[in-house]
Amino acid sequence: MAAPLSIQLEFGGGAELLFDGIRKHQVTLPSQPEPWDIRSLLAWIKENLLKERPELFVQGDTVRPGILVLINEADWELMGELDYQLQDQDNVVFISTLHGG
Amino acid sequence: MCESEEGGGCGGGGRPARAPRGGRPLKCMKCKEGPPVLIIRVGDAFCKACFKDYFVHKFRALLGKNRCIFPGEKVLLAFSGGPASSAMVRQVQEGLSREAAKKLRFKPGILFVDEGGVCGQGLEKRGEVRSQLERILRATGFPYHLVNLEEVFGLPGSILRAVSHSATDHSQSYKEAVDGFIQQQELLQCERTGGPGESLPGRLAELSIQDPSEKETAEVPGPLSISHTAELTRLFGAVKTLTAREELLQTLRNHLILHVARTSGYTKVMMGDSCTRVAVKLLTNLCLGRGAFLAGDTGFSDGRHGDVLVLRPMREYSAKEIAFYNRLFGVPAIFTPALATKAPDRASIHRLIESFLCKLQSDFPSTVSTVYRTGEKLGAAPGDDDSDGATEPERCLLCLCTLDTNVVDGSSLQSTLLSEELCQKPPLSAGSSCCEDAPTQTGCCKAPPVAGAIPPQVWLLPLLCYSCRLTIKDMSCLEPLPPYIHSEAERRRRSRAAMKQEIQEFLLEDDEAPPAS
Ligand SMILES: [Zn+2]
Ligand SMILES: [Zn+2]
Repeated sequence: MAAPLSIQLEFGGGAELLFDGIRKHQVTLPSQPEPWDIRSLLAWIKENLLKERPELFVQGDTVRPGILVLINEADWELMGELDYQLQDQDNVVFISTLHGG
Repeated sequence: MCESEEGGGCGGGGRPARAPRGGRPLKCMKCKEGPPVLIIRVGDAFCKACFKDYFVHKFRALLGKNRCIFPGEKVLLAFSGGPASSAMVRQVQEGLSREAAKKLRFKPGILFVDEGGVCGQGLEKRGEVRSQLERILRATGFPYHLVNLEEVFGLPGSILRAVSHSATDHSQSYKEAVDGFIQQQELLQCERTGGPGESLPGRLAELSIQDPSEKETAEVPGPLSISHTAELTRLFGAVKTLTAREELLQTLRNHLILHVARTSGYTKVMMGDSCTRVAVKLLTNLCLGRGAFLAGDTGFSDGRHGDVLVLRPMREYSAKEIAFYNRLFGVPAIFTPALATKAPDRASIHRLIESFLCKLQSDFPSTVSTVYRTGEKLGAAPGDDDSDGATEPERCLLCLCTLDTNVVDGSSLQSTLLSEELCQKPPLSAGSSCCEDAPTQTGCCKAPPVAGAIPPQVWLLPLLCYSCRLTIKDMSCLEPLPPYIHSEAERRRRSRAAMKQEIQEFLLEDDEAPPAS
């Protein structure tokens, strides 16, 4: 059983528009049987945080192509991408590089 | 490897397995020490310090390699507030603050075009964005210009004419110019400050701010003319597809940028197109029938205007590199909505190509650079750039690309001239005029059509390249186009008619007399 995690989420490059224009979100992920990874975080965001047009943020089980992910200020490609296991107080940033967000 | 759309298909559901990229790199590939913060290109991990060096160096190297900016030259940085142009402004700042040997030596100015009027922003929101922007712009210390897209309604027709090169001095070699400039600056420096000390860039910027002629043009835009905003809304409302709207916006924006450059004495304009954007543009433009102009539309330098050279110094940076640079080094960027904001993937050709490339890129990390490098191999057709030739080539009224008259002569020009004649023949008994394409659209042409008047589409189309014709054909009516387009079209039509008249005398007519005019 994974303990609840408190993490900071940040959206930029226009991705924030899908979250009521709010860039920074301090969130608490509830405890769950499996450890929290980015894959399950995305599912959680889709359920709990996304305000509109989920397809502009998540596609399949990952982020929409063209949206960059940084985990603690580093490229998620260095961290295992979807399989990265979240730690308490992690900072995850999503930056859209798509034209117009 | 295959691409499975939305989880179906291959590999037992879920995403296709990524190509294994070996173990995760633990050290920066450059210094072999620092902890890597990002992966660029295919699998190169960089630490923060090495990434910065790489990024900053690339900008200077690209400008150095191309040797096209003369020392002391005024260069206009087209700034949208977005990531690429923000990073570009930062690179110019970096370059100007370098030690002498590596210093950039031009005089930058920044231009922001407020497009809020077509992107659904209210006046209040636009004011907000503007004050945010001004804060950023003021902090650069460079002179800046803020203009509203609405100002296209006041542009002169001459903006649609290329100005011959002779105006600028090209006899001097780049090297001579640089040497001369350095000597001159050393002299100045001794005279003014009694020794080295104050940094040149600061002074250059200061100089140009104090330049009185500048003061007038560094316009503090007046209160937005509501009527022009309404005109702008009407104009974009007359365009039926998002694709054409994107193209029209780009065209108008380019005219406005050119106008500011000309009236304020800038001879170069820098655009912040990233490698990713260039790749998207390349494929988009192919789809839009702009294949002939790819080199000019996406290349490092674009000389179609003659006197003002457009440069794309960010075209070797991927969107990812730029986003990371801005994030890691605190480059402020402002998000302003674009036409396609929140639009679905298929809303326009631009959007579709972008998502297509991004999707491919996420599974094949060299997609964008491959497309980009394909574009590298394109050269401008002779005569596209500096046309030192005797006769000015005929140019598209809107995008100012050279109409290839050899091709046009054989096919489209003749067919359009024919349709021009056909349309002139039946002086349509009132009723239908410019709105005949979209009879449902009402209220856009309030002026009752003058009997026998030629619908603007008929005489505008032959002045355009194939692609701009497609854009114009997507408009339900053409009256809302800004006056400078109409007036320049009219001027060209008259000179064309005069020429046709001359030619006509040598042609054999089949069955009818030429229309008396
Ligand atoms: Zn390093
Ligand atoms: Zn054109």
